[in-house]
Amino acid sequence: MQNDTAKITARGVQVYYGDTHAIKDVDVDIAANTVTAFIGPSGCGKSTFLRCINRMNDTIPVARVEGDIRIDGEDIYDKRVDPVQLRAKVGMVFQKPNPFPKSIYDNVAYGPRIHGLSKDKADLDGIVENALRRAALWDEAKDRLDAPGTGLSGGQQQRLCIARAVATSPEVLLMDEPCSALDPIATAQIEELIDELKQNYSVVIVTHSMQQAARVSQKTAFFHLGNLVEYGETSRIFTSPEDTRTESYISGRIG
Amino acid sequence: MTDATAEGGAGHGGAGQGSLLARDTRTARRNAAESRFKLYGLIAVCIGIAMLVLLLTSILMNGLSSFQQTRLQIMVELPEDKLDKSGVRDPEVMSKVTTFGYAPLLRDGLEATIAEAGIETDLSAKDAADLISDESVAQLRNMVLANPDLVGQTIPVEVLASGRIDGYYKGRVTMASAELDSNISPEQLVLADQLKAAGKLSTSFNWSFFTAPDASDTRPEAAGLGVAILGSLYMMLIVLCLALPIGVAASIYLEEFAPQNRWTDLIEVNISNLAAVPSIVFGILGLAIFINFAGLPQSAPIVGGLVLTLMTLPTIIIATRAALKAVPPSIRDAALGLGASKMQSVFHHVLPLAMPGILTGTIIGLAQALGETAPLLLIGMVAFVREYPESPLDGGLFDPATALPVQVYNWTQRSDPAFVERASGAIITLLLFLLVMNLTAIFLRRKFERRW
Repeated sequence: MQNDTAKITARGVQVYYGDTHAIKDVDVDIAANTVTAFIGPSGCGKSTFLRCINRMNDTIPVARVEGDIRIDGEDIYDKRVDPVQLRAKVGMVFQKPNPFPKSIYDNVAYGPRIHGLSKDKADLDGIVENALRRAALWDEAKDRLDAPGTGLSGGQQQRLCIARAVATSPEVLLMDEPCSALDPIATAQIEELIDELKQNYSVVIVTHSMQQAARVSQKTAFFHLGNLVEYGETSRIFTSPEDTRTESYISGRIG
Repeated sequence: MTDATAEGGAGHGGAGQGSLLARDTRTARRNAAESRFKLYGLIAVCIGIAMLVLLLTSILMNGLSSFQQTRLQIMVELPEDKLDKSGVRDPEVMSKVTTFGYAPLLRDGLEATIAEAGIETDLSAKDAADLISDESVAQLRNMVLANPDLVGQTIPVEVLASGRIDGYYKGRVTMASAELDSNISPEQLVLADQLKAAGKLSTSFNWSFFTAPDASDTRPEAAGLGVAILGSLYMMLIVLCLALPIGVAASIYLEEFAPQNRWTDLIEVNISNLAAVPSIVFGILGLAIFINFAGLPQSAPIVGGLVLTLMTLPTIIIATRAALKAVPPSIRDAALGLGASKMQSVFHHVLPLAMPGILTGTIIGLAQALGETAPLLLIGMVAFVREYPESPLDGGLFDPATALPVQVYNWTQRSDPAFVERASGAIITLLLFLLVMNLTAIFLRRKFERRW
C-alpha cells in the first residue's frame, strides 16, 4: 500500500453532545502506514473525533455523529456495521494506562481470545509474544507473564495496553494522549515505539505536546473549537502554517 | 464557624508577623476547637460502646445459662406386661400404650434411684417425680418405640430435670422463692441437692437447645431451637437463590444496559423507596398475594422466603449498583476498545471487580432478612411447631416451620420465667449466626478484592 493512499476518509463529520456541537463539518483523509497527529487546545474536539473512528462515541448516550467516515472505502456508520467488529480492526490506546487487573499474559491474550484468533495454546502464546515484542515489552515481561499487569510501572502499563491493542491485529491504531500520564523516559520509549508501529498500522495520535507531534507524526491536523483548521504535512504545519490560528497555537499564544 | 467569629478580634498575629515559636491567639483558638471536636467524637464513641456492652451483658447474663441443662440419671425398668402385652415387639401395637403408661415407670425408676443412693426423704413418690420434666415421659416412650427390644430390660436413662430444678441450679429459683411457688417446694430442692451429691443429677452442655423443637408453656426445659434454625436456614436458602440472581441481573441491566430516561429514573427512585418500606408491609403483601391469592400454605418457609426476598431485593440492588458504579470506566473502555461486546465487558471485567461489593451487599441483605420478625408474624410463622420440616428436596419448604427471631418473640410472650432464659439464648444464637455471616462478608471482601 502506498503511503499516500487514504486509509480513512472523513467527510462532513458533525458530532453533537446533546445540544453542544462538538465537531463541526470535519473533512480529513488519513493515510495508511503513517502517523497522523491531532493537535489543538483542550476541548477542541480532537479526542471526540478520534473516538468517532472506532465508534467509541456510541457508548456515550447523548453523543450523535453525522457525516461519513470510511475505512478502506467502507462506511463505518452503515447500519450493517457492528461496532464490536469495527473495534477489532481499529485498536485504541487510552490516555491513562488501563490494563485489566489480570496477568500480563491474560491482558494481551484477551483480544485474541474473544475474537477467536488462535487455534490452540501454542498459537496464542505466539500471538502474545509477538504483540509484546511489537510493544517493546517482551524483554521486560517475558519472565513474569503471570504477574498482574497492574503491577508494572506507568510506562510499562501503557506499552502493555499497546501490546493488548496490537494483539487483535488491527489495521488502525488510535492513541488518545498516550503519554500524558508518563514521565519523559517512558514517553521517549512510547514515541520510539509509535515510529516502529507505523510500518504495520495507520496510527492516529491525539497529543497536547506539539513537540511530540513534531517528533512522531508525518501529518498533523490542528483542531480549534470543533473545526479542523488546518491539515497537512507535519513539517509544513510547524514551519509555515497557513492559518493565523494555527500559527498562534504553535507559537503558544492560544491554547 | 470558629474561624469566622475569630476574624474580627484577631487583627494581630497574621501571617508573616511575630515569632513562629509563639502561638498566636487564632491558632490557639483553632486548636482548642479541634480538640473540643475530638472530645465530642470520643464521647459519642464511648456512649455507643457502653450501650453495646450493656446490651451484650444483659443478653449474655440472661441467656448463657440456656446452654447448660440439668439432667437426672435414673435406672428405669421396662416391664413387658405393661408395655407390650402381645410380646411381638411390634412398634405399631406398642404405640397403643400412651405416655400415661410410661409415667409410672419413670416415677418408680426415680424412687428406686433415690433408695439406691441411700437418700431418705419425706416426699411422696408423686412429689419426687415432679423433679423430672413432663417431657421425659414422651422421651422414654419414643426411645422404646424406636427400639422395641429394650422392653423387659432395666436401662439407664438420662432425663431432663423440671424447669424449676434446672432454674435452681442456675440461680433463678431459691429456697425462699420455692416457699411461695406452687410448682416446687423447698423439700424437693433439698432432694435435688441430695441427688446431685449422689451423682444422679448433673448439669451439662445443652445440645438439645439447638436440636429440639419448641415445647409447651409448662416445659421450658425441653424447648429448643431446632425447628426455628431449620426454618431460618430454609428461608435464607430461598432468599439467596432468588434475591441474588434477580437483584444482580436487575442491577446489571439498570447500570450497564438501560437507556437513561424517565422510566429508568422512575424505577431507580422506586427501588430506593422500596428499601425504606417498613417490613410489616411486606408481610401484608405476602399474606395477600402468596397465601390468599396464590394459595401457598401458612407458616411455610417458602412464603417466608418469598417475603424476605422481596424485602432483601432493594438492598442487594442498591449495593450491587454501587459496586458496579465503583468500577472505573477505564476498564469498560479498555474492553470495548478491544472489540469486546457490552456483555463481554460486563461479565469478563466489570462483574469480577464488583464481586466483593456485591457479596458484601448480599450478605448484609441476608443478615437483615435473618433477623426480620414482623413480616413473618403476618404469614403465620409465629405458630407453635413441633414437627421438623422435611428436607427441601422432599417439599420441606412447604412444611410448617418457625424462624429464629419469631421464636424469640414467641418465647418472650410466655409466662414461665425460664422462657426469658430461653429467649435470651435464642438471641445469642441469632447473634452468632449474624456474626458468622458478617465475618464471611469481610472474608470474601478481602479474598476477592483486587486493586487496579
